[in-house]
Amino acid sequence: MKHFLKVMIFSLLMIGFFAGFSNYGIPEIKPAPPPVEEKLDLGAMTPEQFIVLGEKLFNGKGTCTLCHNDVGGRAPLLERAGVVAGERLSDARYQGRATDAQEYLAESLLEPSAYVVAGFGKAGSGDAVSPMPSVTAGSIGLSEVEVSAVIAYLQDLAGIEVTVEIPTDVQTQVSDSDAPDAAPRVALASADEVITKFSCVTCHKMSGEGGELGPDLSRIGATRDLAYLRRAILDPAAEIADGYPPIMPPTYAGEIYAGELELLVQYLASLR
Amino acid sequence: MKGVGDSKRMINGHMLYCNAKNPFGSSSVRSLLGFMVLAFAMVLGGSTDLLAAAVDAAPGVVQGAADTVPSGISAPDLTATDYPTVPGVNSRVTVWLVAQLHLWFAAFVLAVPIFVFIIEAIGMKTRDQRYDDMAYEFIKISITAYSLTAILGGLLLFSLIVFYPHLFSYLSEIFGESMFYYALAFFAESAALYLYYYGWHWLQGGFRKWLHLSIGLVLNAVGTTLMFLANGWVTFMMSPAGIDPAGVFSGDTWVAMHNYLWNPINLHRFIANIAYGGSIVGAYAAFRFLSAGRPEERAHYDWMGYNANFIAILALLPLPFAGYYLAAEIYAYSQQMGITLMGGIFAWLFIIQAVLIGTLFLSANYYLWCGMGRSDGAARYNGYIKYLAIAIIGSFLVWFTPHTLVLTNEELKALGGPYHKYLGPLGIMPAKNTAVNIMILFTALSFLFYRRSNRIATVTWVNAGNAAQLALYTTGIANLLFLGIYHGYFTNTVYKVAASIPQVMTTLIIIVVSITLDSLMYRGSREVAPLNWGRVPNRAQYALFLLAVAFTWLMGLMGYIRSGIRQHWHVTDVFRDASPDAYTPTLGYAANIVSIGTILFMVLVIFVFWLSQISSRRTDARGYWKGVQGG
Repeated sequence: MKHFLKVMIFSLLMIGFFAGFSNYGIPEIKPAPPPVEEKLDLGAMTPEQFIVLGEKLFNGKGTCTLCHNDVGGRAPLLERAGVVAGERLSDARYQGRATDAQEYLAESLLEPSAYVVAGFGKAGSGDAVSPMPSVTAGSIGLSEVEVSAVIAYLQDLAGIEVTVEIPTDVQTQVSDSDAPDAAPRVALASADEVITKFSCVTCHKMSGEGGELGPDLSRIGATRDLAYLRRAILDPAAEIADGYPPIMPPTYAGEIYAGELELLVQYLASLR
Repeated sequence: MKGVGDSKRMINGHMLYCNAKNPFGSSSVRSLLGFMVLAFAMVLGGSTDLLAAAVDAAPGVVQGAADTVPSGISAPDLTATDYPTVPGVNSRVTVWLVAQLHLWFAAFVLAVPIFVFIIEAIGMKTRDQRYDDMAYEFIKISITAYSLTAILGGLLLFSLIVFYPHLFSYLSEIFGESMFYYALAFFAESAALYLYYYGWHWLQGGFRKWLHLSIGLVLNAVGTTLMFLANGWVTFMMSPAGIDPAGVFSGDTWVAMHNYLWNPINLHRFIANIAYGGSIVGAYAAFRFLSAGRPEERAHYDWMGYNANFIAILALLPLPFAGYYLAAEIYAYSQQMGITLMGGIFAWLFIIQAVLIGTLFLSANYYLWCGMGRSDGAARYNGYIKYLAIAIIGSFLVWFTPHTLVLTNEELKALGGPYHKYLGPLGIMPAKNTAVNIMILFTALSFLFYRRSNRIATVTWVNAGNAAQLALYTTGIANLLFLGIYHGYFTNTVYKVAASIPQVMTTLIIIVVSITLDSLMYRGSREVAPLNWGRVPNRAQYALFLLAVAFTWLMGLMGYIRSGIRQHWHVTDVFRDASPDAYTPTLGYAANIVSIGTILFMVLVIFVFWLSQISSRRTDARGYWKGVQGG
């Protein structure tokens, strides 16, 4: 009996040591909960929110950072993926069909073997085959909209123009809990409402009325195209009109919905 | 118990709604047959897997033997309400603990006959009856454990059906055929085991002994087949095969069994079971040694403990290689799963694993070093022991070093990056591979010293032989270091693991060549003095116990990660776990569950030891029985 007790106490002590080390000897990492599906109202989403969605997918559901990080070195870093797209497209090893940065990024996500960065191919493939898993199937399972959001984020990350358009023809899309948290407001239905909501005339003159802190927009459609107008709203610091101070808030991209932006841009383009 | 909702199912191209309260099918005949076979199996005390098979045997019967190949089976899309609950009972923890306990006992009862067969064969070859007696004593322990394995298996089946009926139903649809064969194999296993054990003293001498040994062979063949079958079910959940892009299973049973990770798990479990079985019977011998009153008893159990430790070490040495092969295959199957395993949320688990395996190696070596006290000639080697200890502990510390640390911003700034300047480089896999190879080599060297301790070589070329041994180990270790350093620090990440195969080959070559060379050197050697079996300190027995405890705990931990890397999937990428417990538990939580399981197992296994002890005792009940005078 004495030995039985001794052996039991010894065993308990050892088990206690292993359990104690596991609880207190290493950092406590709480794994992320499984993704919860919820509905996204894309029509009420701003480009900024779309990029934020892409960032969250990149770091979360997409599991991109498992490999694309500066710790493991298993896959190339993507900070400049949008910038180097041009070089990649003209590389002799390029096997894809993309013609610009957006298409290149999309292709990298959906057909990663079209161009494998040197040193990151599957072992033995001579960098011809990418080890990247499918992002649209299996446990990652990104939807088409989610892939677009990731591309928008990668473009933003690279500091290039975000050319991805939020698919406004899709009323609801199922995504996961990576969606932005902001409670959506009701989307505005006309350009007038948008101009009023965002107080454009406080600084800009339209149809003869408004402030003079910014350029007169009364005939802006005659001199600027749609792309310029979009960029001027989403990224006003990209180009400052001569003679005006850079005071336009850069926050509209995070506030204006994609549908509202289109209404506003179309209206401004019609001012001739 | 809450009700279970209905679920959609695509079978043979038709969308069906199956009544979730009877997830095994809507046919009453099918259900009745299933119940009858299940009840039959339960009466006979079938294992988990037998009962599982019994449940599913009915569909096979109903469909007909030629029509048992399932086709077009899609995983149900469940919600949390599809998982029955019992108030006050955590489904996952219940299944987890019962499954783990079943696995521990199953590993033990499958492993013991393997080395009992070998020990019996050695006894036949050497005609040394001690081996035969020891083999019999080993199998006697496992026979009691066999019943417990079956009881726990039944409990596991019951918990699966109660808490995860849809998962069980899905797997049954795919594996029904193999489950049926499993049930048959279990009956064959039981028959062979009982014949082997109860016929031990009857089938002695000449042809009878050969017949007995042959039964042992059949027992092992059937036992290994059972394990391979069950492994097919488990690995299908990790790396499903026969699944089309729409997630529908359209293969046959063989395709599902022969999935990507089946063979790596088969190999790993086969070797690990032997090491584990060795450690458990070692604990038995230690327990009996400590309880023994007479010197002859202590000598007997000391000898038995030594042999058990030898078996455990012999299987432990190739185990890291089998584990590495398994991990490499997981990476090859899914890089995402591989990174989750080794570089993601489970990465820190491998630091715990390093502590456990370090404990295993240290306790096994410590036991060997203590055991050298049995020999009067061991003093010649005592001076070297400290160097062996330093090398093994040093290797353990390298293995123990994490690659990255969880740091605060201040710590990050102070450190100048995520890696420690000196310790960081030791965290990468090539450094750990080098360390574990060196640890294995020095353990082999411990064994070599132990083997030599009571012998004096008489061949003329002793000095040359020793020089060759020294050269072999020196160049081998240099090669291990070169491979580890070159691939670890001078190649790209994806090529860092390229050193592993040549390192393994280096280690294996050194061990095989050095043992062969030593055998030649010590052929016809002189004994220093008869070995003093029983002359070993009690603390050596605690080293044996530590080996068993650490092994049990380690198996539990690795079971958690093997299952956990599926994360929120019952079947990876095919069948989503929608239960409230779908989240991955933290390492601390898992460690606590594993600890509870280990305590339960140790209590049960010591109970088994006690049972086998009392089975040979007799109480003199003189005067109790009418007309019997006693004596």
